[in-house]
Amino acid sequence: MGPDDPAVPATAPAPAPAARPVADKTMTMRDAIAAFVHDGDTVAIEGFTHLIPTAAGHEIVRQGRRNLTVVRMTADIVVDQMLAGGCVSKLVSSFVGNSSAGSLGELRRRIEHALPEPLEFEEYSHYGMVCRYLAGAQRLPFYPLRSYAGSDLASVNDGIRTVTSPYPGPDGQEERIHVVPPVNPDVTIVHAQRADRAGNTQIWGLTGVQAEAVFAARRAVVVVEEVVDDEVVRSDPNRTVIPAHAVDAVVACPRGAHPSFAQGYYDRDNAFYRSWSHISKDPERLQEWMQRWVLGTRDHAEYVAMLGEEHWAGLAVGDALSLPVNYGRRL
Amino acid sequence: MNAAASATAPHAPDGASTAPADAPATVSADGPATGSTDGPATGSASREPVTSSELLSVVASRELAGRRTVFAGIGLPTLATALAQLTVAPEVEIVYESGVCGAHPSHLPETIADAVLITGAEAVLSMPALFGYVLQGGHIDVGFLGAAQIDKWGNLNSSVIGDRWDRPSVRLPGPGGAMEVMANSREVFVVMRRHTPRSFTAELDFCTSPGPDRALAEGIRPLGAGVTRVITDLGILARAGVGEELRLVATHPGVTAEQVRAATGWDLQVADALATIEPPTASELRLLREDVDPGRVYLR
Repeated sequence: MGPDDPAVPATAPAPAPAARPVADKTMTMRDAIAAFVHDGDTVAIEGFTHLIPTAAGHEIVRQGRRNLTVVRMTADIVVDQMLAGGCVSKLVSSFVGNSSAGSLGELRRRIEHALPEPLEFEEYSHYGMVCRYLAGAQRLPFYPLRSYAGSDLASVNDGIRTVTSPYPGPDGQEERIHVVPPVNPDVTIVHAQRADRAGNTQIWGLTGVQAEAVFAARRAVVVVEEVVDDEVVRSDPNRTVIPAHAVDAVVACPRGAHPSFAQGYYDRDNAFYRSWSHISKDPERLQEWMQRWVLGTRDHAEYVAMLGEEHWAGLAVGDALSLPVNYGRRL
Repeated sequence: MNAAASATAPHAPDGASTAPADAPATVSADGPATGSTDGPATGSASREPVTSSELLSVVASRELAGRRTVFAGIGLPTLATALAQLTVAPEVEIVYESGVCGAHPSHLPETIADAVLITGAEAVLSMPALFGYVLQGGHIDVGFLGAAQIDKWGNLNSSVIGDRWDRPSVRLPGPGGAMEVMANSREVFVVMRRHTPRSFTAELDFCTSPGPDRALAEGIRPLGAGVTRVITDLGILARAGVGEELRLVATHPGVTAEQVRAATGWDLQVADALATIEPPTASELRLLREDVDPGRVYLR
C-alpha cells in the first residue's frame, strides 16, 4: 500500500509503528573489559586529545591482559600506562608522545632499549591511520591517500604501498598513489559524553575518529560520562555519532577520560600531562605510580575519589549551552 | 599527583625544564642580541628586552601577509597567527589539527584541543573531514611545522635520532599530521628556535615529511611547494618551490651571513641581496604582550 492507494483515505492518520524493544547494553567496566578484551586481541582505543578512554585502559591493566596489539592515533599517557602494565606487545600509531608536554618514558625505553622487552611498532601518519579506519569500517581492501611519497616511513612499514589508478590523472598521465590497508580491531573502545542504554552515543566538541574506529571493529565498547534516557538522545538525533547497532556495551564511568577532558563536563588536567614525563622517566617511580593509582584501586570510582574533590574543583567548567534546534513535527 | 589545573591562568610549574618563566629570558641569553632595546621601540611594553619567542613570533607573523588559511599547532605558530590577525593579515583563519575552524577562544589555548577552542568556534570537524577534505582537498595556504632536523630541500625529520628507525638513540613523537601538512598545504613555514648544524643537517637521520623534490623523485607530484620559509633565531631561509634549495635571505641585526653558514650543516647559499630583519616594533610587541599572550603562556 502506498500514499496513492485509493483504499487509504488521504486524511487517515498513519498507524504508529509497533514500538521496537530497546536492548539494554549497560555493563560495569569490569564486566565489559572481561567480556570484550582478551589476551592477544587487537584493541583500538580512540579519542583525539578529547575523551580519551583512560579508565578503560586502567581496567585492562587491572585485569592483567597480555600480548595486546594496541591501535591508537595519538599513543599518549594511556598507552604508556598500558605498556607499563605489561599488556602490550605491539603498537600501531601515528604519534608517540605525551601531547606537547614531553615524553612517554615507558614507550621510549621499550623502543630505544627494548627494556624490559622489545615493542613491535607499526607507524603511520595521522591521515594514514584515519584511512585505515575508513577502509576497515567500509570493509574495503585499501584506502588511497597523498601522504607518503618520498617519506622514509614507507621503507620501514610494509603496509604502506602504491597502486596505479585505473583512471588517468589530471594531466592525462598514469597516476600512482599510496595506499594503506584496512584495520579491523577485535574491539574498539571509545569514551563519550552520553549514550542511551542501547548504545546510541552522543559526542560534541572534538569528535575525532571515534565513529570510524567503532565501525571498523568487530566489537565496540562505549564508555560514557552518563547514561541518559532514550528521550534525551531522541531530542537531538544529529548529535548521535555512533548508532546503537554498532555498539556492544555501554559503560557509565564518570570522569573516565582523565587526564584528558570531556567537553562540557570537566577540563583537561594539563598539570598531570606535564608531570607524566617525570613520573614515567624513572621505571621504579612509574611502577609505584601504577601500583598506587591503577593496581591499588578497585575501580575508576576509587581513582576519582583518591584524586579528591579539591582536584576536581580545579577542573570544573562553567556552562556554555547550545541553542536548541527545531526538528519539527507532523501536525 | 599535581595540583589542579586551571583553565584561566598559566599553571604552577611542576618541573623547571617545562615551566614558563615568570620573567622572560632575554634573547642575549640564548641567541643573538637583536638591538631591540635601543631600536625604534617607544611604548612602555617594548622597553623590556625582546625574548626569542617574541622575536620569532613577530617575524613569522609578518610572513603571513596575504594568506587566508593557516594550519597551526599551539605555541609560536599560534602567537604568530594571532599577531598577524591584528596586523598584516586581519582575515587569516587558523585551522587546528584537532578539527577546529574559526576558533574564538576566551583564553589563550594551551593545546590544539583546549576546550576553549571548541566553545564558540565556527566549526568542529571530524578527523576524516579535517585531513581528507580540508588538508588533502587543498584548503590550506600555509602549514606551520616544527622538526628535529631539516635539510636544504626542506625535508623534515620528526621521527628518530640515530641510524636505525627500529632502535633509535632518541625516539621522537613521529609524523602526526606533519606529512599531510607538508604534502597538501600550498606552502609550509618552519619555525626553529635554535639554528645549529645538528638541526640544519646535510643528511637527515630519517625523512618523516618529504618536500616535493623527494616526492617527485618517486614520480608522484604533491599538491604544495613544501617548505618556503624557515624562521630561526639567526634569520630567515627561503625557497620558492620544486628544484630550489633553501637560501639565506635575511638575518637579524648583528648576525652575519658567515655566522649563519657556520651554524648550518650544509653549504648554505646566501642571497645576493641579503636583508636585515627589522626588529620587532613597539606596536608589534605591545599587541603580542598585552593582547595576544598577556598571561605569558608562550612568551617565555
